[in-house]
Amino acid sequence: MLSDRSPFSLRAAAVGGLLFLHLPILLIFLYAFTTEERSFQFPPPGLTTQWFGVAWNDRPDIWPPLWLSLKVATIATAIALVLGTLVAAAMTRTAFFGREQISLLILLPIALPGVITGMALRSAFGVMDIPFSVWTIVLGHATFCIVIVYNNAVARLRRLSGGIMEASADLGANAFQTFRHVLLPNMGSALLAGGMLAFALSFDEVIVTIFTAGSGAEAKTLPIWMLDELIRPRQRPVTNVVAIVVFAATFLPILAAYYLTRGGSETAGMGK
Amino acid sequence: MTTASAILPARGLADHLTAVFWRHPRVLLALLLTPPLLWLGVVYLGSLAALLLQSFYSIDEFSGVVKEEFTLKTYGELLRPSNFDILVRTVTMAALVTLACAILAFPIAYYAARYAKGHWKAAFYLGVMLPLWSSYLVKVYAWKLILAKEGILGWAAERTHTSWIIDGLLSIPGLEGSSLSTSPIGTFAVFVYIWLPYMILPMQAALERVPNSMLEASADLGATRAQTLRTVILPLALPGVIAGSIFTFSLTLGDYIIPQIIGNSANFIGMAVYQLQGTAGNIPLAAAFAVVPIAIMLIYLAIARRMGAFDAL
Repeated sequence: MLSDRSPFSLRAAAVGGLLFLHLPILLIFLYAFTTEERSFQFPPPGLTTQWFGVAWNDRPDIWPPLWLSLKVATIATAIALVLGTLVAAAMTRTAFFGREQISLLILLPIALPGVITGMALRSAFGVMDIPFSVWTIVLGHATFCIVIVYNNAVARLRRLSGGIMEASADLGANAFQTFRHVLLPNMGSALLAGGMLAFALSFDEVIVTIFTAGSGAEAKTLPIWMLDELIRPRQRPVTNVVAIVVFAATFLPILAAYYLTRGGSETAGMGK
Repeated sequence: MTTASAILPARGLADHLTAVFWRHPRVLLALLLTPPLLWLGVVYLGSLAALLLQSFYSIDEFSGVVKEEFTLKTYGELLRPSNFDILVRTVTMAALVTLACAILAFPIAYYAARYAKGHWKAAFYLGVMLPLWSSYLVKVYAWKLILAKEGILGWAAERTHTSWIIDGLLSIPGLEGSSLSTSPIGTFAVFVYIWLPYMILPMQAALERVPNSMLEASADLGATRAQTLRTVILPLALPGVIAGSIFTFSLTLGDYIIPQIIGNSANFIGMAVYQLQGTAGNIPLAAAFAVVPIAIMLIYLAIARRMGAFDAL
C-alpha cells in the first residue's frame, strides 16, 4: 500500500504554484485604492476610495466601450449557443464521414493563435471590401465561442442516456416535442454554463478584436480601452477600477459555470 | 368497434418531419450540420484562405500598393535577417516558455491528481480554472504592477537586500532593461504566468489516468520514489505534457499584447503582423508572417498526434 501522504516538498511546490497563480491578481485590487496616480509605487503611499467615484462620474470615455463589449458578447454568445448546440447534437451518437475533420474545424479557432484568426478575418474583410463595424467584431467572437458551447453541450449529451429520447418517441412525441420537453431541460444547465463561458471569453477578448474592430473610436471595446490605458496611462487607479469590473465579469461566470456542471465528468471550462 | 392502428396518425408537419428523420437519419444530420458548417466554413476557412491568398501577393515598394499577382517574393522577405530574427526570437521564447510551464505545472498537476481529495480536489480545480479564465488583460496589467521599478518586487528585493540579484539579471547581455518590466525576463515571466494553467489541466488529466496499482507494482519491484517518477509516472504523463505544450507553444507564438506592454519592445511574430497590417499597411507581408505559426503548429500537431497527445485533451 502506498502512502497517501504527500512528501512535504511536493505539497509546498503545489501550494506555492497555486499562490503564484492567484497573488498577482490581488494587487489589482490593492492598487485601485492607492493615492498615487502616476506610478506603481509599492507600498501605496495612502489609501482612498475616490477612484471608484471618479470612474463612475468623471470618465465618460469608459461607458461606450462597456456597452459595446456587452452588446458584442451578448450577440456572439447567442450565435454560439445556436451553432454550438447544433454541432453537438450532430456529433453525438452518429458516426459519419468527415466527423474527425469537423471536430478539428471547431477546435481550430482556439487552437491556432488569436493573431491568426484576427489577421485571417482582417484579410477577408480586405479582400471582400467589408467595412469594419460591430458585426465584424461579432463575426470573429462567435467563431471562437462556438467551441466553448460545443464542449459543454457534447459532454452533457454523451452522458445523457439515449433511452429517454426513445421513451419520448414511444409516448408519441415528435422530434420537436422531444427536443423541447426532454432534451432541452436536460441540457439546460450545460448550455447555461457554456453560454456564460462564451460570454466571459467574448467580453474579455482583445487579440482578435483589434483586427476586426477597425480604428474608429466607436469600435472600441472595453478590453481595447484598457489596452490603450496600459500603453498611454492616465489616472492609473481608474484603470484598476475598470480592471476589477472586467475581472468580475469573467470570474463570476466561470464560478457559476463550475457549480452548474459540477458532479459530472464534464465540468465546464476544461480548455479555454 | 374499430381497431386502432399500432402507429399513431401523423398530426401535422412536425410529425411528418419526424418520420422523415427516423427513416433517413442523414437528413436530420445534414440539417443540424449545415448552419454551423456554413459559418465555420465561410467565415473561418474562408478567412484563412484569404490570408493565404494575400500572403502570395506583394507590395510595390515605391507606390505602396498591393500587387495582386502570384509571387513568392513576400515569403522571401521573411528570410531577410531583420525578419528572420523575429521568427527565431519568437520560436525560442515559445520553447522556453513551454519548458518552464511544464516544470512549474508538474507539482501542481501531480498533487491535484494523486493526493488532493474531496474539498481540496475542488479547490485545486477551481484554483487552476479561475486564473485560466480570468481576464487576460487584467493579468498582464497585474504583472506591470509587479515588475515596475518602484513596484512590489523591487520593494521586496530592497527590504531583503537582494536588489543585486535583479540588477545582476538585468545586466546580462541580451536581457538588459531599466527594470524587469522593460527586460525580456519580464516578457518571459508574464508568458509563463499567463499560459501556466493551460499546461496544468491536460497534465493533470493524464496523471489521473495513471492507475495506483502501477505505482504500487513499481514500489513492490523495489523502485525508489525517484525511479518510479522517472520510469513510470513521467512517461505516462508525457501525452498530457505534449497536449499542454500545444497550448503554451501556440499561444506564445501568436501573442502580441504581452511583448508590447512588458519587455524591451523587441519584435515578435504577432507584433510584426499587427504593425505590418496597421501602420505599415503591408498586408501581404503581415499575412506571410501569420502563415509561419500556422505551419509550425501544423507540424507540431502532427508530431503530437503521433505521440498520442490528443487522447489527453
